[in-house]
Order: sequence, then C-alpha cells, then structure tokens
Amino acid sequence: MVTEPQAWAVLDTVMDPEVPVLSVRDLGIVRDVRVTGTHVDVAVTPTYTGCPATEVIAGSIREALLGAGATSVCVETRLSPPWTTDWLAPGAAERLTQHGIAPPCGHDAAAPRPVRLLPRCPRCGAGRTEELSRFGATACKALFRCLVCREPFEYFKAI
Amino acid sequence: MPNPMSPHFEYVLRIADGSLILGQRLAELCGHGPVLEEDIALTNIALDLVGQARLLLTHAGQLEGVGRDEDRLAFLRTESAYRNVTMVELPNRDFGFVVLRNFLYGAFQACLWDALSGSNDTSLAAIAAKSARETRYHVTHSADWVVRLGDGTEMSRERMREALAELWPYTNEFFSRDAVDAAAEAGGFGVAWASLERVWRHRVVPVLEDATLPVPPSTPFRSAGKCGRHSEHMGHLLAEMQYLQRAYPGATW
Repeated sequence: MVTEPQAWAVLDTVMDPEVPVLSVRDLGIVRDVRVTGTHVDVAVTPTYTGCPATEVIAGSIREALLGAGATSVCVETRLSPPWTTDWLAPGAAERLTQHGIAPPCGHDAAAPRPVRLLPRCPRCGAGRTEELSRFGATACKALFRCLVCREPFEYFKAI
Repeated sequence: MPNPMSPHFEYVLRIADGSLILGQRLAELCGHGPVLEEDIALTNIALDLVGQARLLLTHAGQLEGVGRDEDRLAFLRTESAYRNVTMVELPNRDFGFVVLRNFLYGAFQACLWDALSGSNDTSLAAIAAKSARETRYHVTHSADWVVRLGDGTEMSRERMREALAELWPYTNEFFSRDAVDAAAEAGGFGVAWASLERVWRHRVVPVLEDATLPVPPSTPFRSAGKCGRHSEHMGHLLAEMQYLQRAYPGATW
C-alpha cells in the first residue's frame, strides 16, 4: 500500500543510471503519478528518442514502487509534450556542476534562432571553454574543454 | 502475396523506414570514424534515428492492426515491403558523402517534422515534435561539416562535388507526388512531401553556397524506394541487418 505523496517521494530515490546525481524527478521526466488502491500508474516522458537508459529507468521505477508497497505498477511512456531541459528541477544545475557536468545553458533548441552560449567550467568556473564534440558518451551530453584549467568536462545539452 | 497497405500505414512506414535504414548505415561507421569525436557524433545520430524508427514502427504496427510490433517490422520484412527513399540505403562512400547525405536528408526530416505538427494523427504529431529537437542538432552538425569540407582543401572540395553529384538526383524522390501523399492530405494525417520542396531548398541551398558547392542541374531521374522499388544496395543492407533475427527467430537477451 503506497499513497501518492509516498510514491512521489520514492521517485526522488530513483536515479538516472548515467547521471547518478539526478533523480527521475530532477530530470523532469515523471509527468504524472496516480494511485488506485495498491496499483500505481506512472507517466514518463523520454529524454532522447534513442536513449537506452529509458527502459532501465522504467524498470527502476517499477522496482522502487513495488519495494515501497505497491502490488502492481504500470509505467506509461508519454511523448507529448516533448521533454525539454527547461524541465530540470531547480537544484539540478548545482548538483550537476558539483558532479563535474556543466548544466544546460544559453539556448532553447526549439527557438527559431537558438543562442549558443559557452558553459562555464564545472571545476574552476572559468568562462573560457571550447567545444570538443557536440556529441558525447551519452545522447544528452557534449564534450567541452576548459581553456584555463585545461580539463575536459561533459556538458548536459540544452534541448 | 502481401496485403495492400493502407495509405496511412504506408505514409508512416515511409518516414519510419527512412530513419531505420539511415540509422543502419550510420551504425556501420561505429569504430570507423575519421576521428574519435566524429565516430561518437555519427553513432549518436544513428541512435537518435533508430529511436525515431522504434517509435514510428510501433505506431505503424498499431495502425496496421495485425499484431506486428517494431521488431517484426524492422527485421522480418522482405525488401519490397520497405518504404525508405533510396538515398538512405546507398553505401557509405566516404566521410564527405556521409555528412552530405545526413545534411540533405536531415534538412528534409526537419521540414517534415515541422509540417506534421498539424497532423490529426496525434501519435505522429507527438513523435514529430519530439524528433524535431534532435534533428536540429543533426542538421547543425552535418551543415557545419558540409561547409568546412566544401570550402576546404582542393581534395575535400573535389570529394564533396562528387558526393553532391551522386546524391542530388536522389533528392528528386523526396518531392514526387503519388496516391499515398494525396490520401495523407485528404485524411489530414500528413502533408504531401511535394509541398516541402520550397522550404527544403530554402534550408539547403544557402549551406551549399557557403560550402562553395554549385547546385547540380536537375535531371529527370527518380528513384522509387518509397514505393518499395529499391537499389541493388538494399538487399545487402538487409542481409546484414536481419541476419541475427532470421538465424535465431524470436531471440531476446
């Protein structure tokens, strides 16, 4: 047996497998939670269409809610409206930086003329950085280098 | 004898198979990129395309209504049942060819996603809205390379000219009209691809000009992949792509 506020609290503990400082709530991918008796329905919006973590996350959500007392869980994929990094929780940017990943900045990918700003180095805070690759180890990240402390870092792309 | 496809199913299949087959061609480059960053870029783009294909094929299977899921549609059809445009099945010639094809097709996808936001097929509209954001990154990436290689060294410009000469006639297929398009417009679930030609050229021609690549003259050549009539390359691609599923039917891991 789990209540709706309890279910939301459980989702705070389900972390993104690739970016383990962010929970699925921090990512803004959980769109709806409904409890009917001991059954829980969760609606999740995928980040990138090809992201292989989407299925892992669905499994983790199911496991966590069953562990918290639900007898059955249904994780539904909701495509519309499409996920955007604008939905990242307020504390997420800070936690990403502490983890060494620059948070999304500067541009709205859906705008007609997106403005691209350079992210600050998450280690030394310098603004003089350069992009090494628009695509990184995961679909959501790009690779940058700090021109001051010379360390490379990942950037969570704005989309 | 295969059942005739409903226009709605076929219309979605054209879009789905384009993503699937281009995703397959780009996946072949895994481990073969000219530099590490481009290996990663091209495979990430492939992943996005395969993601689009999964969503679209799942939707197509539901429209068809005979129980075919994304995997059965991706791996168990015969060649003439695929509806991708011929351009995406062409073999990867060199890096310039790859980025130019990504650019020409990606720009087309961008126009299509925008137009499909008005579709009365809400699943298709949602997939289009989702894909539009990712396609934007793909087009920026490929356009940058087209310009850098076109307006580059003598060798890079020559290779880009050859790539453009080879690819350009295959773009005619994007904009040919047929009964499937007419049904899409009449049914409100899609737009005729022919209606996208002007906005596509508006995106593509300035980049080619920046790349100092003259737009080739138009020819009457019309490939017909979107009607199921593919080039000699499609069979080889499918043999590789389908091998595992056909050798071990129903395999999961």
